[in-house]
Amino acid sequence: MVPLSAYVAVSAVLFITGLLGVVIRRNFIIVLMSVEIMLNAANINLVAFSYYLESMAGQLVALFIIAIAAGEAAIGLAIIIVVFRGKISTNVDEMNLLKW
Amino acid sequence: MVLVFFSYFALASIAAGVMTVSLKNPVHCGVALLALLLHVSGLFIILNAEFLWAVQVIVYAGAILVLYLFVLMLMNLKTDDRYFHSSYLYFLIPAAIGSLYVLALLIRSPFGGTKGDAPAEAVLRDGDTHAVGIKMFSEYLLQFEIVGVFLLGAVIGAIVLAKTPKQAHPERKG
Repeated sequence: MVPLSAYVAVSAVLFITGLLGVVIRRNFIIVLMSVEIMLNAANINLVAFSYYLESMAGQLVALFIIAIAAGEAAIGLAIIIVVFRGKISTNVDEMNLLKW
Repeated sequence: MVLVFFSYFALASIAAGVMTVSLKNPVHCGVALLALLLHVSGLFIILNAEFLWAVQVIVYAGAILVLYLFVLMLMNLKTDDRYFHSSYLYFLIPAAIGSLYVLALLIRSPFGGTKGDAPAEAVLRDGDTHAVGIKMFSEYLLQFEIVGVFLLGAVIGAIVLAKTPKQAHPERKG
């Protein structure tokens, strides 16, 4: 029997990996992929708690998170296309048109 | 047996996550993300969540990841030499220390709590999809509708953002 804390530990490690990816990578697409890693870590947590506490609520919230991730990917990639069309690279350090 | 599968899926998903963050070529990062998503779906199977497994494979690996790879192909990116942020070591070391602390706290925690109304036998009798459907269309109906409206807004927003812009000052007729 796998203890619940093992699932939570895996989820924590994945979340920190994704957070590091958001912070240290410079390519915008990789930053969005790291956000997906973080959402998956949250999903593991929710499903594990749903199993061990014998409630369906965690799985439903995980389902809604997947839907939100789909919307986020569509909007984020559309923004990347717009930025790239304006002859700006996908490097996040060079996106400063809105900087005041 | 469950422990063997759990260790495999957990270690493989962590390794794939690290590769997603650290590989140089963005297409390789996308493929590593695919490996991560499939192994996470394996964890869902261990946790009796077959419906989420199917959604994870179909929506995440089938739709979202293909969208990422399409945009990567569209961009025709060149990989630059310095692909990490210039001062990433300042983030890496505190993150390692903090994650070790959080892990130590998590291993010691008992995670007690009141049990809900869906024990494993009841879920396995009718299947996970049945249980999710009953719950979603009774208690979580409002959230379901909100997610539907959100997805509609996301689709319209993506189309508006990504379509070819018109000329700023079209020639007037007459």
